[in-house]
Order: sequence, then C-alpha cells, then structure tokens
Amino acid sequence: MRVVMQIIDFYVQGFRSMTLGRTLWAIIIIKLIIMFAVLKVFFFRDYLKENAVSKEEYPEFVFKSINNNTSN
Amino acid sequence: MGEITTSLVDWSRGQFALTAMYHWLFVPLTLGLSMIMAICETIYYRTKNDLWLRITKFWITLFGVNFAIGVATGIILEFQFGTNWSNYSWFVGDIFGPPLAIEGILAFFLEAVFSAVMFFGWNRVSKGFHLLSTWMTGIGATLSALWILIANAWMQYPTGVTFNPQTVRNEMTDFFGVAASPVAINKFFHTVLSSWTLGAAFVICVCCWFLIKNKNIQLALKSIMVASIFGFFAMLLTLFTGDSTAKLVARVQPMKLAAMEGLYKGDTNQSIVAFGVLNSSKKYDNDEETFHFAIKLPDVLSWLAYGKADAFVAGIDDIIKGGYEAEDVNGNKYMMPSIDERIESGKTAIDALVGYRTAMAEGDNLLADKHKEVLLDNYHNYGYGYVTDVSQIIPPVSYTFYAFHLMVIFGFFFFILFIVIYFVLGRKKYQKPGGFNPKNKKWLMYIGMFSLPFAYIMSQCGWITSEMGRQPWTIQDILPTFISTSKLAVGTVQTTFFMFLILFTVLLVADIMIIARQIRKENVDETDNNEEAY
Repeated sequence: MRVVMQIIDFYVQGFRSMTLGRTLWAIIIIKLIIMFAVLKVFFFRDYLKENAVSKEEYPEFVFKSINNNTSN
Repeated sequence: MGEITTSLVDWSRGQFALTAMYHWLFVPLTLGLSMIMAICETIYYRTKNDLWLRITKFWITLFGVNFAIGVATGIILEFQFGTNWSNYSWFVGDIFGPPLAIEGILAFFLEAVFSAVMFFGWNRVSKGFHLLSTWMTGIGATLSALWILIANAWMQYPTGVTFNPQTVRNEMTDFFGVAASPVAINKFFHTVLSSWTLGAAFVICVCCWFLIKNKNIQLALKSIMVASIFGFFAMLLTLFTGDSTAKLVARVQPMKLAAMEGLYKGDTNQSIVAFGVLNSSKKYDNDEETFHFAIKLPDVLSWLAYGKADAFVAGIDDIIKGGYEAEDVNGNKYMMPSIDERIESGKTAIDALVGYRTAMAEGDNLLADKHKEVLLDNYHNYGYGYVTDVSQIIPPVSYTFYAFHLMVIFGFFFFILFIVIYFVLGRKKYQKPGGFNPKNKKWLMYIGMFSLPFAYIMSQCGWITSEMGRQPWTIQDILPTFISTSKLAVGTVQTTFFMFLILFTVLLVADIMIIARQIRKENVDETDNNEEAY
C-alpha cells in the first residue's frame, strides 16, 4: 500500500511541478477530444457496422462489395 | 452512398498519404532524439559533469514537446481503415490485430511508465534508474514503430497467413512468419536507423544555430560531437539496410524496383541511374526514350539487386511479358508468369471464391472443398483478377523514381555532412579552453542549420518510394486499392481530408513554435565560452 501511495505521490508531484508540460498536456487533451469526440463520432464511423445488418453478415457484405466493384 | 470511383479511391489514398506523411514528421524526430538524449545522459552518468546533465535535460525537453504533439496522430490512420478502407480492413483484419495489440500493451505502457520517470524523476529516483528510464523510453518508442512496421511489411510481402473463404479474411497461421519476415526485419531497421539520422540532423541544426548566435557554445559543441558520431553510424547502417532493401524489393516487388529506376527494358549488367530526368511521355506501350538526360553507372543495379554484376534485372516491360527467370526471397528460381497469365489466375481464384460460397450456401461441402483448393492454388494472384488493363499494375513511375533518387542523394549528403561536421566542429579539442572560435567555420554552421529540411525530405521520400512504388496494391498482388475502399460519397472523404489538413497543420505549427521557443530561451552556460573543460 505504501508503495502504491509513493507511486501516486510521484505522479501527483510530477504533474504539479510541470511548467511547459501543462501546455503540452492541454494540447494533448484538446487533440484527443477533437479526434475521439468529433472526428471519430461524426466523421469516422465504422462503415461495416453501419452498413451490414450484423457482424455475421460482414463476410458476405465485403465479398459482395469487392466483387460488385467495376470501377477503373 | 456513391459508387467506388477513381476519384473516391484517389481521395481516400490522398487522405491516407496526407495523414501518414504528417504523422511521419513527428515520429522520426521522436525516435532519433530519444537515442541522443539517452546517449547524453549516459555520458553524464559516467562523467558526472553537470553540463551533460543540462544538455540531457535540454534534449529531453525538445523530445517531450515533439512526443506530446505527435502522439496519437497515427490513430487517425486507424479511423480511416474502418471508414474509408472497410473492405481492406476486413480482408486483412486478423493480421493487423495482434501486432497493434502488442504495440498498445507492451510499447505504450513501456513508454508511459518510463517516460514519467524520465520527466518527473530527476532527484527523485537514483541516477542509474533515471538513466534506465530514459533508455527504456527510447526503446519503447522504437518498439511502437516495430509493430506498425511489421504490419506495413506484411502488406508489401504477405506471408504467414491463410485465406479463409468462409470469413473472406486472411488469418494468421504463423505469427513469426509475419513478425520476423525478412521484409519486416529489414523495414524496421532501415526505418528506425534513418530516423536516428534525422534526429542527428535536428541536433546539428539546433546546435549550429547556437554557434551562429554565439550562445550555449559548450552545449552546442558537445551535442554536435554526439550527433555527428551517432548520425554517421546511423547513416552508415541506413545505407547497408538500404542495400538489403533493394535486394528484397528485387525479389518481392520487382515492379517497384523497376519504377524506382525508371527501368522499362531490363537487362543483364544493368546500370543504375545516378541522376536522370524522366521523359513524362514515356509509357510501357510506346517506344519513347525513358530519360531526357541520365548519368548511369554500369552494372551497379544488377550488383545491388542480386549481388552479381551480370544478373538480369527485370524492367516494366519484362514484368508485363513475363518469361524470365526470377528469384524469390529464399533464393529459389522460378519462371516469372506474364501479367496476362496472372490476371487469368486471379480470375480463376475469384471464380473459385464465388463457387465456394455458393456451394457452401447450398450445403455441397464436397464441391466447396474443390473450389477452395482452386482458390488457394491461385490465391497469390487473387488481386490480378480485378485488373482490367495492364496499365493498372504499373505504379506512378515519376513519383517513385524521383522520391527514391532524392532519398539516396540526401542519404549520401548526410553521410558526408556528419563526417565534415565532426572534424570541423565536433572534435573534443574544440571543447577545451580556447579550442573553438565561434567566428570560424560559419559556412559549415549555416550548412548544418539549413540541412534539416533535407533530412525530412529524405525521410518522407523513403515512404513515398515504398508506398507509391507498390501501387496499386494495398496487399501486394492480393488486393488492389480500387476494391479496398468503402463506397462512400467522395464529398465525405474530401471534407475530412481538409479537416485533417487543418488539424495537422495547426499541430505542426504548434510543434515548431514551442520547440523554437524552447531553443531560443535555452541559456545553459553564458560564461562557458570555451572555459568549460570536457
């Protein structure tokens, strides 16, 4: 338990003593929010999950998708 | 939902390339700096000289900025797999899963735990444990690269898998076949070593700026000594691994090698183009000259590709026509089939897959097994079954040629630069009192400072060669790009393309600004002008 507390204290003190690190963490958090809460949710949905009825249907869906393509 | 069009495929490819290239602006500096800061700390640990401690802390700070801003930019590539490249993603999924999972568990936690000790642990853990943590942070970053590069190498040389026609997926049957394939091992070392070179070029750039500004002279000279030696050996090994890469490409992706050299008609004693200007009118089906101008070195390509000056190196026309003796990665000889034969074989595989699934749906297991056998016999040509015109299997020659040659030219440039920088600026004698006059050798300081963009161009050109040269394949010979994409509206991909362009540009500007600010405000030893003993 004492070791765990020491580890927690190590991180807490480390984060508290940051100077440049605060700016960097702010950038990291903003970046992750944009990536996961905006881009992933609204623009990068799982195509198969959205277009195939169930996971069991994925093979047939992909099979038809690659074989029905006549472009190029 | 729209149909798959060339435009959709190109926008999807463009978006992936944009993301990967921006991501790759951050990664090589992280890999390179991680080693240099660990070397500096090792010297501090051994010499107990406080200046080395300040030097170490300075490079760790810049590493931290670059790491923080670059971290997770690669995750966007995974978003694109699921959305833009769903066919590919499903087809390949089982191969990418384990390497990426191992990366997440092993490398990420290695970095997270030890980088915390590295950043927070000064005066709180022993010097030895801190040093270990700094090394482990670098090793963790390198291991992260390992798993991604294994996944990429598999796309260039798909091995260690069996295609399951029931699930329409490649399934890993030999983990070590995937993880330890010669292409994977070579790609890992070539990529990481070239990243170390970029890290060394970055350190030299910053230090030359210090010298020009006549500040932090000892920090600059000592760092230049480390970076020039480290960069020299990294570049030397990069050249060796580049040589083995050429040998592998000749066997695994001969079309890529032909595009790298703008080689249409191959020959024995094949020369290499040291410098050349391609004729853009040249196509595989016309007789135009390939080059407006070229300086060639006789026999060298044969020697580089096969270790023999009289070996035959196939050109684009030869690969299309087939009928020449080729060699695989194990040295086994075989007769190269023509592209027409491979297209027929691919169509046979596709028909067999259709037949298999129909037979399974009808409960005819015997017939399904027969189709499966035919499918697996022809699976190595599966992707060719979707090719409707031979021109589709030729990569963009000009991009591949120029990217390859720029990479090589800058590779040799840095090889020489590191030697010159070491002997002119990096030697120990300059670090003794009166040993260095910052007013001297300004010309070299400017060259050192302005060379950094070349290191980035070299690094990016490596990836352009690798990825453009394997077009049209997402999985070599198995899956072409034009059936790998999802049927999205082009506008959706265009929108996210520009969103990424803005996001990454903002991150890059932030990265440069914060790093520049940290460099400007660094003031290690105002009074140390040549007074600091080594």
